[in-house]
Amino acid sequence: MSLTAPLAGLGQSVLRSRALAALTSPHGVDRYLEQINPMWAATEVRARIVDIHREVDVPGHPPVATLTLQPTSTWRGHRAGQHVQLGVEVEGARRTTRVFTISSPDSRPGDRFQVTMRANPDGVVSRWLVERATPGTTVHLSQAQGEFVLPDRMPEHVLFISGGSGITPVMSMLRSLQRRTHRGRVTFLHYAQSPEHQIFAEELAETARTGHGVDLHLMHPELGDPNLSPAFLERLVPGYREVPTWACGPAPLIEGVQAAYDGSESLQIEYFKPPRRASADDAEGAVSFTRSGKEAPNTGASLLEQAEALGLKPESGCRMGICFSCVATKTDGTVRNVLTGEESSLPDEEIRVCVSSPVGDCSVEL
Amino acid sequence: MPTPTRPRLTPEQMEQFGDEMDAIRQRVMADLGEADATYIRKIVKAQRGFEVAGRALFYLPPAWPLAVAALSVSKILDNMEIGHNVMHGQYDWMGDPGLNSRMYEWDNVCPSEQWKYSHNYIHHTFTNVLGKDRDIGYGILRMDEDQKWHPYYLGNPVYAFLLMMFFEWGVAMHDLEVENIVAGKRKIEENKALHAGIMRKVKRQALKDYLLFPALTGPLFPMTLAGNAVANLVRNVWAFNIIFCGHFPAGAETFTAEECENETRGHWYYRQLLGSANITGGPLFHILSGNLSHQIEHHLFPDIPARRYPELSAEVQEICERYGLQYNTGRLSKQLFSVAKKICRLALPDRKADAPVDRAGVTEDALAA
Repeated sequence: MSLTAPLAGLGQSVLRSRALAALTSPHGVDRYLEQINPMWAATEVRARIVDIHREVDVPGHPPVATLTLQPTSTWRGHRAGQHVQLGVEVEGARRTTRVFTISSPDSRPGDRFQVTMRANPDGVVSRWLVERATPGTTVHLSQAQGEFVLPDRMPEHVLFISGGSGITPVMSMLRSLQRRTHRGRVTFLHYAQSPEHQIFAEELAETARTGHGVDLHLMHPELGDPNLSPAFLERLVPGYREVPTWACGPAPLIEGVQAAYDGSESLQIEYFKPPRRASADDAEGAVSFTRSGKEAPNTGASLLEQAEALGLKPESGCRMGICFSCVATKTDGTVRNVLTGEESSLPDEEIRVCVSSPVGDCSVEL
Repeated sequence: MPTPTRPRLTPEQMEQFGDEMDAIRQRVMADLGEADATYIRKIVKAQRGFEVAGRALFYLPPAWPLAVAALSVSKILDNMEIGHNVMHGQYDWMGDPGLNSRMYEWDNVCPSEQWKYSHNYIHHTFTNVLGKDRDIGYGILRMDEDQKWHPYYLGNPVYAFLLMMFFEWGVAMHDLEVENIVAGKRKIEENKALHAGIMRKVKRQALKDYLLFPALTGPLFPMTLAGNAVANLVRNVWAFNIIFCGHFPAGAETFTAEECENETRGHWYYRQLLGSANITGGPLFHILSGNLSHQIEHHLFPDIPARRYPELSAEVQEICERYGLQYNTGRLSKQLFSVAKKICRLALPDRKADAPVDRAGVTEDALAA
C-alpha cells in the first residue's frame, strides 16, 4: 500500500493533467480508458459489485439486499448519511439511474462501501440490483451527495429516528460512531412492519446486547407498539426537542416527527419519495417549472407550450420531436409522448418538452 | 414554379402516407435495445482503436500512409456514424452520457452545439425549403434552378471544390450565416456569441492535431503534422461527397415556403422523401457514410439509430411504390456525377426560354393581386 499509493497518486495526476485532456480532446481521457478497463477512470466514478447479500427475504414481500461496491480510485469517499446515484444498464442497453443511501460507515477515497436497498416492485434499478445483478457487474456512480450527515464534533447525546428502509443512512451513522469509538449516548428509535422485516436484525441485536451507549428501540406499531407521538418521545428522551436528532423514513413518519419537533433546529430530516403513479385523466393537476419557480394548472398542452404560456423561453427548435433542442429533465410526475401515446413516470428523466404533455402533477427543470 | 412533375397526393392519401411512416417509426422505437447499444459501442471501440493506432503509427516513418489511413478512418467514423448520429439523439435512450446528443462533441472544428442548431433544427425541419433550408448550397453555391442566377455563380465549380477541401471549416462557418450578413438580413453582432465557441473549438482541434501530437513524435514533427492534416482533408473530401449526394442529385425536389405553410405531418414526410436521395453500396460503405447513404430513411426518421436504415429501406420503397412516389437511389458514381453536373450547369444562367420564373416575384405578384 505504502508503495502503490504514491504511484497511484502520480497516475491520477497524469490522468487528470491538462496535457492529456488536450491530447484526448474532444472526448476526454475517460472515453479511452473505459475501452481498456471499466475500472480505470480519470474523473468518472464507476464500481464493481463485489458482493450481494440478502438482508431480508420475507415471502410475498420485496426483498432487501446489501451490495458491496469496489469503486474506481476516483471515488472521493463519503460521510455517513450521504447517498449516491447509481446507474445500471438494464438489458445491456438503457442506463437507468436511481439514488441509494450508503449503509456502511464513512469511507475514504477509493474505499469499498455498501448500499442497502429494498427491491421496489415498480423500481427498475432496485429490482435489477437485488434480484438479477451478479458480483463482477460494473455500475455507474456519482460522488457521494447529501447534507444529511453527522457533524465532525459529535454532541454528547444524539437521537436517531428511522422507518423501514430509512434505516440505511442512520445505520451508516451508527456504524461510523462505533468505529470512531464515540463515547456519548445514542438513542435509536426504529419503526418496522414486523421483526421479520427488520433490516440489519442480527447486527442490531448484537448492538442491543453489548450496549456501548446505544439505547435501541425497535417498534412494530402494527403489532401493538405505540405510534410516534410527542408524548411517547418525551417519555423516551425527556427534552427531546433539544437533542440533536436525525430522522429518515417514509413521508408519514417524517411528517409526524416534524410535527413533534415543532420547528426545533435540533432536527435534521431526510425523506424518500415514492414514485408518483399516473392518474387516469389528462389535464389534471399542476405543472411546475422548478428553475424559474413558475407553476400553473395543467392545461394538457405540451410542456413547451405550457412553459411559454407562463412567459418562459426554453430552448427549442423543430417543435415536433426531431431536433432534441428542447430536452429537459422532468424531476417528478408522468408525461405522455404526444407522438406515441407512451406514458412515463420515471423521476429525473430527460424528455423532449415539445412532444411531452403532463398527465397529472408534473415538475420540469425549466 | 410549383413543379408540375411532382406526384400529387390527395389530403386523405397524404394523411395515410404519414400514418404509415409514423407506424414504422413507432414500431422501431419500441424495438430498440441491446443489439443497437452493442452496435454503437462496437463502432466507438473501433473508432478509438483506429485513432490510437493512427497516432502511434506516426512513430514508424515507413508506416506513414497506414497511420494517415487509420486516422482518416477514425475521423470519418467519429464525425459520421458516431457524431452525426449521436447528436441527432439516436442513442439518447441509452442514457449513456458518452453517447448523449446534449453532451457529445466531435473531432471537427465546428462546435457540436452550433452544428446541432443549423443541422438538427434548421436543415431537418425545413429540409429543401428554399430560403429556409440553408443547406441548399450552404449560402455559397447555386444548387437549385430557383436560386436566381448571378455572375458570382460562374465560380460554382470552384467554390464547390474549395468547400470540399475545407469542408469542416465550411461547416464551422455555416452558422455565421455570412451570406445573410452580406445581404443585410443579419447583423454582424449576432455572431459575437458564436465566434467564441468556434474559436475555442478551433484552438483545441489545432492544438492536438497541429502541435501536441506532432511534438510528441519529436524529429518526425513535420511528418506527423502533414499526416494529421491529410487525415483531416480525407475526412473533408469524403464527408462532402457523401453529403452532397444526399439532397442534390437530379430528381431531389425543392419546395417553396408557401407550400409548407401549416404543413401536415404527412406532407412533412412527403417533403423529406422527395427531397432526399440514397446511395447504394455494401455494409462497410454504409458504415463509413454514417448510413447517410440512406439519406431518405434518415430524413424520414432522424432519431432512429442509423443502423436500422438499411432494414427499413425495403419497407419505405414498397410504400413509395404504392403511392407512386419516387425513391431516388443510385450508385455513388452515378449520384456524384449527377451532382457535379448540376454544380457546373447551374454556374451558367438558365438557357431555356421557359426558364423558371423567380419564385419570390411570383408570390409578390400574387400577393399584390
